Amino acid sequence: MEPKAKTRKNQNKRETEVWELRLYVAGQTPKSVTAFSNLKRICEEHLTGKYHIEIVDLLENPKLAAGDQIIAVPTLVRKLPPPIRKIIGDLSNEERVLVGLDLIPREKI
Amino acid sequence: MAQPKKTQTLNRLEKSPTGIRGLDEITGGGLPKGRPTLICGSAGAGKTVFAMEFLARGALEFNEPGVYMSFEENAEELIKNFSSLGYNLDRLCSRKKLVIDYVFIERSQIIETGEYDLEGLFVRLEHAIDSIGAKRVVLDTLEALFSGFHDTFVLRAELRRLFRWLKDKGVTAMVTGERGERTLTRHGLEEYVADCVIMLDHRVTEQISTRRLRVLKYRGSSHGTNEYPFLIREDGVSVFPITSLSVDRKAGRERVSSGIPQLDDMLEGKGYYRGSTVLVSGGPGTGKTSMAAALVSSACQRGEPCLYFAFEESESEIARNMGSIGMDLEPWTRKGLLHFEASRPTTFGLEEHLSVVHKRIEEAKPSLVILDPITNFISVGASLDVKSMITRLIDFVKSKQITTFFTSLSQSAGAPEHTDTAVSSLMDTWIVLQHMESGGERIRKLYILKSRGTAHSNRIREFRITSHGIALADA
Repeated sequence: MEPKAKTRKNQNKRETEVWELRLYVAGQTPKSVTAFSNLKRICEEHLTGKYHIEIVDLLENPKLAAGDQIIAVPTLVRKLPPPIRKIIGDLSNEERVLVGLDLIPREKI
Repeated sequence: MAQPKKTQTLNRLEKSPTGIRGLDEITGGGLPKGRPTLICGSAGAGKTVFAMEFLARGALEFNEPGVYMSFEENAEELIKNFSSLGYNLDRLCSRKKLVIDYVFIERSQIIETGEYDLEGLFVRLEHAIDSIGAKRVVLDTLEALFSGFHDTFVLRAELRRLFRWLKDKGVTAMVTGERGERTLTRHGLEEYVADCVIMLDHRVTEQISTRRLRVLKYRGSSHGTNEYPFLIREDGVSVFPITSLSVDRKAGRERVSSGIPQLDDMLEGKGYYRGSTVLVSGGPGTGKTSMAAALVSSACQRGEPCLYFAFEESESEIARNMGSIGMDLEPWTRKGLLHFEASRPTTFGLEEHLSVVHKRIEEAKPSLVILDPITNFISVGASLDVKSMITRLIDFVKSKQITTFFTSLSQSAGAPEHTDTAVSSLMDTWIVLQHMESGGERIRKLYILKSRGTAHSNRIREFRITSHGIALADA
């Protein structure tokens, strides 16, 4: 994994930092499988090589549902770079995913 | 032949007692066990208090742990608010009798990128229930989901699923909902909760607030259909059902002296029936309070405890005034046989007063209660409400065989029947005091308008207050 870039007023910062994405699912269901494959594809295309996906299965870790305030499933959380962004659904609507992750400006919606 | 057992068990709906004062009476035992109940009402009506008391008492009194899933207040806020009602929620949580799960719903729209469901909610709820073996669940309020998620199709499908799931889990659930304009609740939760619906109402009229509860629906059970007033006091909710829904009280035969021998003569020589209600009405200064004092003196002399609710004068004023006419009440107060409770009717609403009266009577266990005067309550509530309150009060005291004496101020010198409140019909004995002129003097006269079960005298007597007490003479 590439080392995380240090915080400085550097325009290259955005290009070098690694995105930490967490996908919350509840068991292996069609929605969760779809979400994961959509996520992988979008990340490969827009964040090549600088992303890290973590899958959290709430059925195995039910405490995290309350701890991380997850209601809808699937939920995708962008933990890094800050600020935290949260989107829900199986990620089929790519444009909305990109807006939700702040990869394209919001006015597009 | 006896009915087959199978039919009998089918007809019995199991109920989950709430422990909330008065509510279990109205619902015939509590809420439907293992089913959801909807509590709806406007903001501030008291839904959260009912819900939390249902859980707290469930844990403390019925050994049923509970889960409180809150969508509006977080755990610290709830714990703080309920500590002022005497509930230590923190301790209940640490003793694994209660779980509070605060569900945060983002107000601004979360971007929806495709298909989703609310399985996260189910996971949380199940985890909370299983962690303490909960038998009761509160969802306060599911309507918050509608502000965070915008696919109403998904929301409604998930709500249906949630209620099926709750029934399968076998928990008794209480669901709160905010009053809607055209529908019972804003988002129509009543669609999913069909077993039992309770509505809370909070009205403020002339600066006095009144709270009312009504059971709108209770599938499979008979229930009181009226509006029942309730209070939220420092120890939780108190609902006031009419204590005797039927009027088949046993009539007693024992008599007690009025404290005025000549008045006893007018009442078959025996006085009032014990446990009956007596009303004395008259203009200002006619002697109503002195009649009350005479009755008190006579009861205390027999060693019977008395409770005097004074709504106009203070204890010391009454004691002083009665002392000057030869009725010294102070020794009885000192002996603990006479207790005074003085307050102005305008201080609280009617229900608050009723609640105080109930409480003091339960504490002091008197055999005689005085309410002097009740006229001021008219200024507090509409006369229908006053009559309702006094009806409930009378039901309560009669169920305890307490002799109750009411005084009422008549406004004009005219016929008291017209100037009195509608409560006279509730009284067993009604005595009228009136001023009249006779031979250049103002004198008082007394007559008995009615006295149920007594062949009372119809004579009009002169009512004299002397330094040795009250005496009746021929008018």
